[in-house]
Amino acid sequence: MSNIPADLKYTKDHEWIRDNGDGTGTVGITDYAQQSLGDITYVELPSPGSAYQAGDTFGVVESVKAASDLFMPMDAEVLEVNAALDEAPEAVNQDPYGEGWILKVKLPESGSNADLLDAGQYGELV
Amino acid sequence: MSDLQETSLHAFHAEHGARFVPFGGWDMPVQYTGIIEEHLAVRQAAGLFDVSHMGEVTVEGPGAQRFLDTLVTNDVSKLSLSQGLYTPMCYGDGGVVDDLIIYRVGETAYLLVINASNIEKDYRWMEEVAEPFDCELKNVSSDYALLALQGPKAEAILDLLKVEGGGDLGRFFTLESKIQGIRVRVARTGYTGEAGVEIFCHWNDGPVLAQAILTAGAPVGLKLAGLGARDSLRLEAGYPLYGHEISERINPLRGGIGWTVKFKKAVDFLGKAPLQEEKTEGIPEKVVYFSLEGRRIGRQGSEVMSQDQVVGRVLSGTHSPVIGKPIGSALIQAGALESGDLTLDLRGNRLPLQIKKPPLHL
Repeated sequence: MSNIPADLKYTKDHEWIRDNGDGTGTVGITDYAQQSLGDITYVELPSPGSAYQAGDTFGVVESVKAASDLFMPMDAEVLEVNAALDEAPEAVNQDPYGEGWILKVKLPESGSNADLLDAGQYGELV
Repeated sequence: MSDLQETSLHAFHAEHGARFVPFGGWDMPVQYTGIIEEHLAVRQAAGLFDVSHMGEVTVEGPGAQRFLDTLVTNDVSKLSLSQGLYTPMCYGDGGVVDDLIIYRVGETAYLLVINASNIEKDYRWMEEVAEPFDCELKNVSSDYALLALQGPKAEAILDLLKVEGGGDLGRFFTLESKIQGIRVRVARTGYTGEAGVEIFCHWNDGPVLAQAILTAGAPVGLKLAGLGARDSLRLEAGYPLYGHEISERINPLRGGIGWTVKFKKAVDFLGKAPLQEEKTEGIPEKVVYFSLEGRRIGRQGSEVMSQDQVVGRVLSGTHSPVIGKPIGSALIQAGALESGDLTLDLRGNRLPLQIKKPPLHL
């Protein structure tokens, strides 16, 4: 059974996004995703300042088994990346919603994106 | 999913938290707790693998040895009783049908262990080659469960299980014994680069035997290990996997197992002439093993570059849990190997290829 916190939004591609309430959001991959990938050995991170549209590839997560693209959940600009993952990518396995966060982004002012799933919808998907 | 075959240990794996993947037509455990943890258990203590999906063929009769020496490149005539060897078997053009282990289990009786995904192809090929020889072949794949107990603690675990003679067994030798009343054949072989054994038993005895070994070994660090760790262990050790480092297109000389091709043995084997010619005239491309700096894994199909020329491609790639670096194998043009200065193209980035003679983890 995978952990799906109720206060997050999700994508069909297994990213989560947390609205930090100050115009920023935090992005990572779900517990289900880290379980499916297995031991994560590398996370390719984008440069802070880069802007993406919803659905763009912004990085790669590699596990012993496979490499998997990361998709941006919404139109957003990267404010900060979790540089600790360079040395300790296993944090994504150990704590996907905490220490294993991947990006902080500036949320679009236009508001929420209709394509995101809530915890219940994501739970049905997996 | 319904077409996948299951070993007799399937329920045992599920009870122990396995995650399954399809492999060679079988639903097999890829991992239990995690590939890295299982891999390190095998290097530091011991791991237990279910490899019952592998195929077994018996060959018996007065013509068995001559048949096998025609079929395979290594020298079967040199086997003493209870001794085994590793060998490829080749098509007439030198391409590899499969790689296998042959044990001499009787005066004129042999047990062959072949890859799961090749069982039908191999057996058809063997029957065809055996036609003129006085020997009988049997595909006994569904009679045997096969467990691999691998790691520095494997011998101590055999002692705990009171396997008579298990500790003194020479490399590639085999004996028949009993473990807690279960009839077994123990062979000192493996695919991890560690000491260890592979244990055959009757198909239906598989789960009971696995539980007995796990119970005995858990106190000294034995863990169940899946196919994920099996692959990363064999790649660290530099052992070829059929379909990757050797295949119909990559012959044994190119695949780095030229030592298994005995051109001087008494019986002419299939593929001898083209392999002899290639050895004399020069091997055009070779399988090498490598490590990379950083953390990005060079996956199968990634291109090996020498300046702006593509000179090879990656055959297998993974993360080495022991050295914490990406490792892999690649098929590279012989000329480019001499010039050095090779890089791997990973999504547009060039990483220097550090070629190393295996084992890669030492």
